[in-house]
Amino acid sequence: MGPTVVPCRGCFLVNTSVLLDEISCTGRLCFGIHKFQTEDETVTDKKVDNGVDVEFLLGAREMLAEAPEAAQFKWRAKCDWVRGTHSRTSVEGFFGLGEEQNHKSEHTFDADHPEVFSSEDHGATPVEIVLAGLASCLTAGVAAVAQHREIQLRSVSATLEGGMDVQGILGIDSDVRNGFDGIKVTYNIDADASQEDIEALVAQSQKRSAVYDIITNPTNVTVEVS
Amino acid sequence: MVSGGPLKIDTVVIGAGHSGLAMSYCLRERGVEHVLLERSDVANSWKTERWDSLRLLTPNWQSRLPGLTYEGDDPDDFMTIPEVISFVDHYADVISAPIQTRTTVTSVCCAGDGYQVDTNRGTWKCRAVVVASGACNIASVPAIASSVPSSIAMVTPLDYRNPEQLKDGGVLVVGASATGTQLADEIHRSGRPVTLSVGEHVRIPRVYRGRDIQWWMDATGVLDERYDEVDDINRARNVPSPQLAGSQERSTLDLNALTGIGVKLIGRLAGIRDGTAQFSGSLRNNCALADLKMNRLLNTIDEWASENGLDDQVPSPHRFAGTAVADSPPLSLDLTNGQIQTIVWATGYRPDYSWLDVPVLDRKGKIRHDGGVVASPGMYLMGMTFLRRRKSSFIHGAADDARDLSDHLTSYLTNAISNTD
Repeated sequence: MGPTVVPCRGCFLVNTSVLLDEISCTGRLCFGIHKFQTEDETVTDKKVDNGVDVEFLLGAREMLAEAPEAAQFKWRAKCDWVRGTHSRTSVEGFFGLGEEQNHKSEHTFDADHPEVFSSEDHGATPVEIVLAGLASCLTAGVAAVAQHREIQLRSVSATLEGGMDVQGILGIDSDVRNGFDGIKVTYNIDADASQEDIEALVAQSQKRSAVYDIITNPTNVTVEVS
Repeated sequence: MVSGGPLKIDTVVIGAGHSGLAMSYCLRERGVEHVLLERSDVANSWKTERWDSLRLLTPNWQSRLPGLTYEGDDPDDFMTIPEVISFVDHYADVISAPIQTRTTVTSVCCAGDGYQVDTNRGTWKCRAVVVASGACNIASVPAIASSVPSSIAMVTPLDYRNPEQLKDGGVLVVGASATGTQLADEIHRSGRPVTLSVGEHVRIPRVYRGRDIQWWMDATGVLDERYDEVDDINRARNVPSPQLAGSQERSTLDLNALTGIGVKLIGRLAGIRDGTAQFSGSLRNNCALADLKMNRLLNTIDEWASENGLDDQVPSPHRFAGTAVADSPPLSLDLTNGQIQTIVWATGYRPDYSWLDVPVLDRKGKIRHDGGVVASPGMYLMGMTFLRRRKSSFIHGAADDARDLSDHLTSYLTNAISNTD
């Protein structure tokens, strides 16, 4: 049985050897390394499937090491005040691989404060959104590392808690910082792996996480008024 | 010394440390005419750029070079620096290496089908060049060092000799690899309280199941692992040196040992703003990663010991306590209140290629090479971390690398001749 003809998952090029030699698709999502899936590969790929395209990530890593300028991304968000402490942030476009990119559709996030602060609670508090960002980033990392290490995940859940003394934001005590005094993340993972291997997944995920880095290290922030 | 035109020779070896000497031995064995150019004296870096208390991380029995094995009566001890110097000096004598000392290479450039090597004492023309000038010529200091308040003294491991040269008072040691942990230990013991800034690091015990860790790594074949066998050679080449020290007590120098004497651990130095040093909140994970990685090595050792029937001959497997990290390690340090008087930058080393005028450097300033075969025909590299094998940066690692690369070099010279015929 010959391989099923399927388009490249990155640039939708159809799998033929002639095209492979002749057509370059640098800048597309396969970075020139076409991701054709043959019948045979479909079978072997199924062994461990966490839904992460690790081959793609590894290919991207190789290509971007050679083309560091394509690795320069700009992430953007737009925020509009609604009323009171309620605001709505949307994300859609970003820059990367040398050109403007777009999400499949716009995503919006409502943020507000809870009623104990006399707000109307139209959304998560901004600090909860920070926790959401950290949790999503680490969890995506767990899935990717697990796929790479051929560990089948069955369930992954994390609970997060950030401690905060609100005397900081209320200006009561200048010795108290505004932000979290610490964040505790607890993972509960069911997978075909030893406890030690699961701990290693979680540790490696922190090592490669953007949000973990953003939270644990200082970042210069410039806020201007146009 | 040289007047008139350039001298001609098949091969120039730059540097007469243990790597250059090992290469010299192998080249002579293969009948390749060569000269070693040495900026100062044999084993210069060992003579001038090491701190007083330093000992090799490898036991004496591992101090071997092509044609020379350790002949002393204490194979399990660790050489002091004077001992290393006499070992390397002795080797240079034994193999009668053709060394031209006090000769500083000022430029290497392509010339015809070979290279031109300019020195402060004349010019050489050659067809092959071996770069054996060392991996640790310059102490890498992060750019944020320029933001350190002027009241604080700064020292790198290349200038550091002993704690007495430091001011009294607290010391921030930045970096927790072999250098940083060794300096933190002796500086803290001198009565200067040390805070150790810890990023990614490699933890290994000095002794495991009654045998030195180097014995295990040698026996299991970990040290012989080749550059083309590992998953990601770039990562392997950038792994920090292990927290390890050579001492007669054969004691383990990990973070628990340091906190045990009172050293304070703090996260990776992330920035300095308005006189305050800021540290990453990732200390706990960096320690967890190092603990997990150490246990993977110990698992490998245990499996190998069982497979090779050693379980009856050595003590049973065991695991070390995880690295103890305070609940909330501080995230900042005031550098202006006098608590910290000195910063020691144990943040790594890099080679000096300012004299290299051949376009072989990558964008990070490292020589592009495939297991020591440099991306310019006839040029070779020695003595770098994981050059061809995990042991490449150890003294005994030079032997196999020099054999492989001298073979390649010899066949390059032979083919180059037959091509021009």
